[in-house]
Amino acid sequence: MKRRDALKLGCTSLLGVGLAARLHAAPASGPRFVLVFLRGGYDALNLLVPYSSSFYYESRPNLAIARPDTASGTGALALNADWALAPAVRDTVGALYLARQAAFVPFAGTDDLSRSHFETQDSIELGQPTVGARDYRSGFLGRLSETLLGGAVSAPPISFTDALPLAFEGAGTVPNLSLKSVGKPPFDERQAQILSDMYAEHHLESVVRDGLDLRQEVAQKMADEMSASGRSAINTKGFELEAERMARLMRDKYRLAFIDVGGWDTHVGEGSAQGTLAGNLASLGRGLQTFSQTLGTEWNNTVVVVLSEFGRTFRENGNRGTDHGHGSVYWVMGGAIRGGSVAGEQRALTRANLLQDRDLPVLNDYRAILGGLFQRLWGLSASQGERIFPQAPARDLDLL
Amino acid sequence: MSRFGQGRVTGVAALAALCVAACAGSGGGSTASSAGSAARALPVFQRTDMLWLERISFGIDSASVAELHRLGRQRFLAQQLSANDAALPEPIATELAVLEVAHADPARWLAEVGAEYKAINAMPEGAEREEARKKLNERGNKLAYEAVRSELLRAIYSRAQLREEMVWFWLNHFSVHQQKANLRWLTADYADRAIRPHALGRFRDLVLATLEHPAMLQYLDNSQNAVGHLNENYARELMELHTLGVNGGYSQQDVQQLARILTGSGVNAGNPPRLKPEWQKLYRREGAFEFNPARHDFGSKVLLGHSIEGRGFAEVEEAVTLIVRQPACARFISRQLATYFVADNPPKALIERMAQTFARTDGDIAAVLHEMFLAPELDDALGGKFKDPMRFVISALRFAYDGRTISNTRPLVNWLNGLGELPFGHSTPDGYPLTEASWASSGQMSRRFEIARAIGSGNAGLFDGEDGAAAAPTGFPQLSNRLYFEAEEPFLAQRTRAALAHASSQQEWNTFLLASPDFNYE
Repeated sequence: MKRRDALKLGCTSLLGVGLAARLHAAPASGPRFVLVFLRGGYDALNLLVPYSSSFYYESRPNLAIARPDTASGTGALALNADWALAPAVRDTVGALYLARQAAFVPFAGTDDLSRSHFETQDSIELGQPTVGARDYRSGFLGRLSETLLGGAVSAPPISFTDALPLAFEGAGTVPNLSLKSVGKPPFDERQAQILSDMYAEHHLESVVRDGLDLRQEVAQKMADEMSASGRSAINTKGFELEAERMARLMRDKYRLAFIDVGGWDTHVGEGSAQGTLAGNLASLGRGLQTFSQTLGTEWNNTVVVVLSEFGRTFRENGNRGTDHGHGSVYWVMGGAIRGGSVAGEQRALTRANLLQDRDLPVLNDYRAILGGLFQRLWGLSASQGERIFPQAPARDLDLL
Repeated sequence: MSRFGQGRVTGVAALAALCVAACAGSGGGSTASSAGSAARALPVFQRTDMLWLERISFGIDSASVAELHRLGRQRFLAQQLSANDAALPEPIATELAVLEVAHADPARWLAEVGAEYKAINAMPEGAEREEARKKLNERGNKLAYEAVRSELLRAIYSRAQLREEMVWFWLNHFSVHQQKANLRWLTADYADRAIRPHALGRFRDLVLATLEHPAMLQYLDNSQNAVGHLNENYARELMELHTLGVNGGYSQQDVQQLARILTGSGVNAGNPPRLKPEWQKLYRREGAFEFNPARHDFGSKVLLGHSIEGRGFAEVEEAVTLIVRQPACARFISRQLATYFVADNPPKALIERMAQTFARTDGDIAAVLHEMFLAPELDDALGGKFKDPMRFVISALRFAYDGRTISNTRPLVNWLNGLGELPFGHSTPDGYPLTEASWASSGQMSRRFEIARAIGSGNAGLFDGEDGAAAAPTGFPQLSNRLYFEAEEPFLAQRTRAALAHASSQQEWNTFLLASPDFNYE
């Protein structure tokens, strides 16, 4: 009897200092930010098609996406005189663009020229200068999260991944949970308490506690939503399903999120308006549209950035695919952004303008762009910006 | 709660403790001695010995503990470094022999699969075509699963534990992804013929064996790399991930040069190509591996400052020799090994000594491991290494079932999938991370505890048939056993003891033990 009472007390104090308390303290009005990382280096030029460049069509005899046909209402969607959007996302991301809720930043990326997936992904997630020693325990979302901790609005972080990404390193305890499949919580309160107690004063103490708490919360949340929507809610799958769940969790609580999507390394048989890449883009587009719709009015208080470690070679290779390149195209989305534009510095896509005669150059440094978005979104000072992205002065693309 | 009061668990513990005393008294604990007094005279099993054994194996079991008692570290290590396939206990050897992948013939399989796909594509659209496609797909999935099952059973049961650890380490170092192209038909053969024979051998042989395997050639697209259609993917990863490391002193220029050297090394499951006479003698074929001179760039190259004369596959052998003899390669491989086996941040002095051994012995893997496993730096690091999911799951099964043969490996596949470390399941060629930071997030810890419970409560279906037929209930494992009292109990942290004392059933006790920091670090 005595022991049970002690456990009860223990549970109360566990929740008192744990994740749940921190989350409930979050004001409903703070902005949200979601980073969607496309791992593998997606072929940006078959998403945002430079249709005014004849060199594009010469360089990609098998892969190029046909010029938009304004009369047809299908095919690529012309965004302006130079750029068109791939047919695969015309009805999803294209619709958001036309509603001024999506924008694209071509010539975006890093100054990391290794062309290695892993090196460049790490580089981006760390968000540190590429020259000089690196701190592998400090990612840019981690630094952002730490910076926001002392601010006027709280921004509870979460990663919708099986493992915690490098981007969130250094933020203390960030909960993580893949939303690909969500089950019942495995332990009752007494068991969870005993498990937590084993790790008291261990360096994994808060990790263990958050893991046990989060499972309970998410299971509860999903159960509530299922019954509220008459059990018909989940008929989606793949990324679309993940995005829908992500929106439900973010609507009330989390304000700073990371999710990654794989399958973009198209060295062979990439396809064009249809095919492997088009299929992946279509799924991503549907997911992001579902995310915006599920958030409801809170979509107006949310910004999503989609990025990838690098772009791919301007020319197709010998296998109807593309190899590791450099500059990419980033996406910025949100209900209240100044979208409907292709933003940032640009130049004509001629052979002379390529980097090393093979890749899109980077004219818009990702650290400067994201720094600019963060400063606007949360009203950060220049010194706070410097802390998140050292030696990369923020650049405001006027999208917020 | 009252049904499984503390009294019962204490009773279990007392019983097991009694057994330890009795066994020790009768000399049953050690094969080295039959005299009771001699057994009692054995030195008490040290915490460092237990942890050392955890590192050099996938986890302790009674047999390995007894063997270490008998041999001591030096001789135990020597035995492990020379172990071979005979170290597979009989029921497992039979289990593996009945698998289709045990008789893998990639060249024939690729030819068959290619022909079948062709036939399917020629069929008119409709239910019949879909059915044929589905059947072929199911066969591929079956082979993919068998490849994983083979690795898991060997990891749990082989007495050549260090060799199996090294097979896992190299499979991860030279990672291939089963879901790409037709790799499902190739991964078992890749493990058995490219990796396992060289796991404790010479590093150069290992690199060449992976280079000449269709799984690697397809995975990193070198099967597509030909003169005039250069594909740099494999060339880059061969230096960045397999040999020199990302700052290993090579340039983009070197990547291109190596890609040119690698042109023509590819996969062919069909007839040999018709070649000009002067090319015929340069043509090479081994199973589904092919070097096709018609696809090769015969120009001269400069790699890492050395000129390599264009002359066919001999260039590849020359290039690999050149690369693996770079000091950067010795250091990179030594650092990776030490990161996996010793510590997340391995001591520089240890890496340096291992690299020297690597260089002195021209890449003798066993010699480098010998240096590492007897290093004082390893002793200093014992107890501080977090088990990655593979080590956690395998060690839990070795400990819980102690040699008893499980029949169904599907639950393991699900667990490793959930924890994100399924064999042949890493999509990018960098392999799974080697350090705690990647495996100990909040989500991963709670999943790990769930798996601890599934194993501890005995209802995971490990003894069901592979066909899904449920076995008779087998109950839960007794983790508070002789092995526990000899090798775990004396060293448990206070908080773990407290948790175990609060367990309300044996199943819960098992769960807490497997979830404890003591069990999750080695």
